Amino acid sequence: MTAPGAGPPDALASAIAPGEAAAAASRATRFADAARPALADTRLRRTLGAAVAAERDRAAAAAAEPADWEELREAGRALRDAALLDLDTHLESLERAVTGAGGTVHWAADAAEARRIVVGLVRATGARDVLQAPSATVREAGLPGALARAGVTVRPAGLGDLIVGLGEEAPSHLSSPALHRDRAQVRELFLRGLPGAPADLSDDPADLAGAARAHLRDRFTGARVAVTGAAFLAADTGTAVLTESGGEGRMCLTLPGTLITVAGIDKVVPSWTDLEVLLQLLPRASSGDRMTPYVSAWTGVHPGDGPREFHLVLLDNGRTRALADEVGRAALRCIRCSACLNVCPVYERTGGGPYGPVLPGPVGAMLTPQLRGVESAANASLPFASTLCGACADVCPVKIDIPAILVHLRGTVVESRRARPVPTPELVLMRGLAWTMGDARRYRLAVRRGTRWARLLSRGGRIRRLPGLLGKWTDARDVPAPPARSFRDWQGRR
Amino acid sequence: MSSRDEILRRVRDALGGDRGTAPPVPRGYARRLTAAEAATRADVLALFTERVAENRATVRHVAADEVGTAVAAALWGREAKQIVVPADLPFGWLAELEGVRALADPPVLDAETLAASDAVVTGCAAAVALTGTVVLDGGRAQGRRALTLVPDYHLCVVHADQIAGTVPEVVARLDPARPLTWISGPSATRDVESVRAPGPHGPRHLEILVVED
Amino acid sequence: MRVALFVACYDDAWFPDTGKAVTMLLERLGHEVVHPPGQTCCGQFHWTTGYRREAADLARAFTRVFAGADAVVAPSASCAAAVRGGYPAIARTVRDPALASAAGALAVYELTEFLVDVLDVTDVGAYYPHRVAYHPTCQSARALGVAGRPERLLRAVRGLELVDLPAAGECCGFGGAFAMKNADVSVAMVADKIRHIRDTGADVVCAVDNSCLAHIGGALSRLRGGVRVAHLAEILAGTGPA
Repeated sequence: MTAPGAGPPDALASAIAPGEAAAAASRATRFADAARPALADTRLRRTLGAAVAAERDRAAAAAAEPADWEELREAGRALRDAALLDLDTHLESLERAVTGAGGTVHWAADAAEARRIVVGLVRATGARDVLQAPSATVREAGLPGALARAGVTVRPAGLGDLIVGLGEEAPSHLSSPALHRDRAQVRELFLRGLPGAPADLSDDPADLAGAARAHLRDRFTGARVAVTGAAFLAADTGTAVLTESGGEGRMCLTLPGTLITVAGIDKVVPSWTDLEVLLQLLPRASSGDRMTPYVSAWTGVHPGDGPREFHLVLLDNGRTRALADEVGRAALRCIRCSACLNVCPVYERTGGGPYGPVLPGPVGAMLTPQLRGVESAANASLPFASTLCGACADVCPVKIDIPAILVHLRGTVVESRRARPVPTPELVLMRGLAWTMGDARRYRLAVRRGTRWARLLSRGGRIRRLPGLLGKWTDARDVPAPPARSFRDWQGRR
Repeated sequence: MSSRDEILRRVRDALGGDRGTAPPVPRGYARRLTAAEAATRADVLALFTERVAENRATVRHVAADEVGTAVAAALWGREAKQIVVPADLPFGWLAELEGVRALADPPVLDAETLAASDAVVTGCAAAVALTGTVVLDGGRAQGRRALTLVPDYHLCVVHADQIAGTVPEVVARLDPARPLTWISGPSATRDVESVRAPGPHGPRHLEILVVED
Repeated sequence: MRVALFVACYDDAWFPDTGKAVTMLLERLGHEVVHPPGQTCCGQFHWTTGYRREAADLARAFTRVFAGADAVVAPSASCAAAVRGGYPAIARTVRDPALASAAGALAVYELTEFLVDVLDVTDVGAYYPHRVAYHPTCQSARALGVAGRPERLLRAVRGLELVDLPAAGECCGFGGAFAMKNADVSVAMVADKIRHIRDTGADVVCAVDNSCLAHIGGALSRLRGGVRVAHLAEILAGTGPA
């Protein structure tokens, strides 16, 4: 067994920083551009397509089972709204309860402050390495990179995080970070980078998980500090709740002497009793389990059981900005189940990368622009990364109308660009179109002129190339030649 | 201004002066099992058994005077040489055990000792029939959380009267001030191709003995 | 019944046969069809692309043109959904309660809703001797919830063989501006839709939105897919030797 503090070869630990760099690079890119390499990656397409189909089918079966599923969703929606509507009160109550139970609450206005707090806490323990349970919030705050830069070795405790760490890439899925990797790729990554991986390792998922287990368990016993997220925080009792399948969270919150839990302020629910709803919704919507294999709940510190120090870092990082938007705030109901990813036809074809570093899939398209603003072209492109097909809203366990919020955010993007001194070509086009449509005569004239042009562009009854913005359509799709007479011409002559 | 006050101020600004009151949460969901799910106490036990099995755990029913024999048989079956148990485990549960070294905790066993042990035997605080879940709260016969995490095999004794029908019933029974671990089947992962495989941490084998008093 | 027909802008210019088919179909069923002058566009495209003010102007114009109609029928589920679900949202966004009440007063129906729910017919006396796949567009199936109405109408058509479309509920990838803004993903999606359509062996694929059909049909045409698209109304309007 490895001595405490002795790190794995630093390929593993340092892998985290390049992964972050890759995420940072994709963040600077519009969704459509960032999606192109993923669309061309045939292996990713096949693996991801099959994996999300499996996830989707399991969740659908699990949601179909309880006769009261719709009542649970309605209750979930209402209690998440209730949490948000009195968020200040609940946060203060949470702080009192956690402090009363021997924990310490820290408040981080943004990711940089969360990084300062966590690096400071880790340094104070003198630990040279920390265990990290899978957590989207920990990633959002950029903690792994910050700790690595502070000279602390970050050991991902989860199998998915281990795989994407070895691949030096950003996670592609909310609950299964390495879902885009097939078994052969995982085997290759293990043979290349996982210490102690047997040379005759097969590509059976059970064997791969076994090899990861041997490696991960070899290292956990000496860990002194762990960093985790939380699924929920009950405001009245100060109880933190974590759901998981693999035991990595349990390991983090029971073995090390210091536990640091980083959670968004949106994770608060009014009362412990509310878990009776959320613990039915989350597992079924997320993994299709009736109950996730492990659910842990802890309130401050428990003398004689688990960490002696518990630090809860409450992260804003844009959440209050989202809360200020009366339409957009419904996005904060999200319980991070991934159901919307698994049914999204866009996500299924691109994976998580093009959505940037915060959250993938429809939830990312909806939350990232709210948390980070729409000033950058990349964030502004996210609300448009959807056909508004509505499959996500159908399955959302807390009934977030994701397409409606995306439309709302598209409006936010357009409004934010109206005041620019030079209008965007799209604004000119859309204004012109609206002006034309605003009057029946103008409209009729434009249709006549437009269809005449279109007929000139056509060959054999179809148009194969259109100019300008419309060229994106004819890159892959024909347009039929328009008929000489419009409907209203026909109607007028009857 | 501290970040605490800054965040709370932002929250208040975001919600505005006229936030209104949250409408009551509609709680039309089932709090108890429906008659279709379980009409009698025997149905509840049958449902628990079915759901535990579907969670890929082993489940057996024993009479109160058979617990010792059943525990011993299960551990022999796994060829366990060293096990860990909470110090307050009922004595009778290990009474039939021979040739197996049982280490009690407390005194606190270090993680290496836990990792070198083949099994852990505990009781539980409550169970949920509908989801096939056992819940441990660190109380009698359950030990601290690390005990049921590190060894690869967890044998959990559940008394029939500990089994509630639904999640709301068991949430009402539990004390959130205690450290709670809900266990629904062995450790699992679907991180590779969404195919279920034994998980990287936690017992890969869970066996539940239902004691019918 | 006097029916006010709304023909979407793209249907008017590009797919006039759909409007003609609805007119002939409803007249065959004994109803009067009027085409209120002054109608142009419902504003859906502007609204879903983020151009709220322009969408609001078009929405106000729409409600003026159709005010007082007994029933407004649109052979376009996405336009019907825009009026029914979108206009209240537009009105809230631009803070125009008058628009909200004007929109609320309109009785707008997608064609199959109107036939099945209002006219209470499923057999419209059509004859269409083809093997047909039905694609439930997202706006018809999810935003409006037309459910099984189109299939009920299709099953009553003589000569028509309705085939099951695999993964029918999955979006074709059109999505309005999405087809241009995220053209590559859009094409990846329609490729799968076309594969499923081809698997059915149908010679015609139909839907209740010409927008999605232009996308699917445009890709089928480019690939010489051997399947053509037809709006459901054109199938229902078809008659011949019964």
